[in-house]
Amino acid sequence: MIQEKDSFKNTMADKSEVIIHIKDLYKSFGKNHVLNGFNMKLYKGENLVVMGKSGSGKSVMIKCLVGLIQPDSGYISVMGNEIKMMDRPTLDILRSEIGFLFQGSALYDSMTVRENLEFPMRRHKKKLGNISDTTPLVLEALESVGLVDAIDLMPEELSGGMKRRVALARTLILRPKIILYDEPTSGLDPITAKEIIELMRSIQKKYGTSSLIITHDVDCARVISERMILLVDGINYAQGTYDELVKSNDPKVEAFFKK
Amino acid sequence: MNTAKPILGGIKQFFIEIGELAYFAGRFFKELFKPPFELKELLRQCYNMGNRSLILVLVTGFIIGLVLTLQSRPTLIEFGAESWMPNMVGISIVRELGPVITALVCAGRIASGIGAELGSMRVTEQIDAMEVSGTNPFKYLVVTRILAATLMLPLLVIMGDAIALYGSALVENFKGEVSFQLYFNRVFDALDYRDLIPATVKSFFFGFAIGLVGCFKGYYSKKGTAGVGLAANTAVVFTSMLLFVIDFIAVFISDIFYDL
Repeated sequence: MIQEKDSFKNTMADKSEVIIHIKDLYKSFGKNHVLNGFNMKLYKGENLVVMGKSGSGKSVMIKCLVGLIQPDSGYISVMGNEIKMMDRPTLDILRSEIGFLFQGSALYDSMTVRENLEFPMRRHKKKLGNISDTTPLVLEALESVGLVDAIDLMPEELSGGMKRRVALARTLILRPKIILYDEPTSGLDPITAKEIIELMRSIQKKYGTSSLIITHDVDCARVISERMILLVDGINYAQGTYDELVKSNDPKVEAFFKK
Repeated sequence: MNTAKPILGGIKQFFIEIGELAYFAGRFFKELFKPPFELKELLRQCYNMGNRSLILVLVTGFIIGLVLTLQSRPTLIEFGAESWMPNMVGISIVRELGPVITALVCAGRIASGIGAELGSMRVTEQIDAMEVSGTNPFKYLVVTRILAATLMLPLLVIMGDAIALYGSALVENFKGEVSFQLYFNRVFDALDYRDLIPATVKSFFFGFAIGLVGCFKGYYSKKGTAGVGLAANTAVVFTSMLLFVIDFIAVFISDIFYDL
C-alpha cells in the first residue's frame, strides 16, 4: 500500500482543519462486501479525488457521507458532526452545508431550471436570511455556470453538459462549504468534460469550498486533484498526489494510469 | 418437489410484499400529520389526477350506462318489467359498477402513472437529490400523491355515475320514449342512503389503494429502466387485485350494517 508523502505543497488546503473524517467504514450488500474498512480525511479548502473502478464502492461511500445509505459500521464525521448520531432535522441542517452533484445531474424533470434551483431553498430559508425574493440568488448561481438564459427552460430542453451545469448551480444555491462530486464528467464529451472541470476549479476559487470528487476519469483527476485516494477492494489502497501515484510501480496502481 | 419450491417462494414473496406494503401505509399515516404540510404539491397532484383522468372516466361511464341499458332491455321487456329499468340501472351503477369501473380505469391511469414517475425519479437519483436538499421525499412525493388519489377518486366516481346514468337515460329516451325527467325521478326514487354511503366510503378506500400501491411500487423501484416499466406494470396489476378485495370486504360489511 502506498501512503502519502507531503501532498499539501502548493495547495489551498488547511491541514489543521479536518472537514470530513471517515474511519473504518464497512458496507455490504448481501454477500457483496463493498467497503472493507475505508479511511479518509478531507481538509478545509482541499480538492480530494477518490478513484476506483466501476463498482468499487465510490458512490456508496459518498452516499454514506450524506446519510443516503447507512453503513454497516464505521465512523463518519462531517464538520465535526457524527452522521450516525444525528436526527433528521439536524442532518438536514448539516446537508445544507454540503452540495452534492449527482452522476446523472438528477434535475427534477417536472420543474423548470428556476424551480430546480429554488427547490433546495424552501427548507433552508433561515440560512439564507429569510429572503422573500429568490430570483437574485438563482441568477447569481446560474451566472456562475454561465447559463442565465436557461432559467425558464425545462430539463428536457437542455443538453447533457447544460444539465450538469444547472445541477452544479443547484449545488451552489445554498452556499455550501463542501461539494461532493459523483462522477462529474461521466457521459460527457471531452470538450464539455474539460469545461465542467474548469467550472469546478473556478467555483472552488470563488467560494472557497472543500471538494470531494469521485471519478474514474484520470484526466479529470490529474487536473483537479490536490491529493488522490485509490479505492481498491473496499479500502484506500493508495494515496498521494497525482504525480506520486502515477510513478508508482505497484501493479494495481499502474493499472489505473495505463493509457 | 422441484415444482413446489418456486411456488412456495412465490407465496413467500407475496406475503413479504404485503408486509412491506402495510409498513409503507403505516409510514404514510405517521408522516401525514407531521409538518411541514406540502399543500401546494397536494393541490397540484389533485389537479393532475382529477383533471387528467376525467375524460377517461366520463367516456367509460357513458359507454357503460349505454351498454348496460341496451343489453338489459330485451330481458326486461320479455318479463314485462321495462319500467324497472331506471331502478335497476341506478342501483347497479351507484352501488357497484360506477365505483369499481372508475377505480379500475384510475388504476390504469393513476397507479401506473405514479409508479412510472416515482420509479424514474428513483432511477435518475432525483429522490436522493430531494433528500440531500433537506426535503423529505416521502412527504413531498408519497404523502401528497396518496392523499390526492384518496380525495379525487370519490369525485371521479360521482362524475362517472352521473354520466353513466345519463347514457342509460339517453337509450331509454330513444328506445322507450321515456323523458329524462321521468327517468331520473325513477332513479332517485330507487336510491337511498344504503346505496350512497357504502359506495362513497369504498371510493375513498379505492383511491387510497390506488395511490398507495402506485407510490409503493415506484418509490422502491429497482435500478434501471426495466425497473420503471415493471413498477408501472405491477402497480396496475396489484392495484386491480386489491380493488376487488376491498370491494368484497366493503360489500360484506355493508351487508352486515344495512342488510342489503
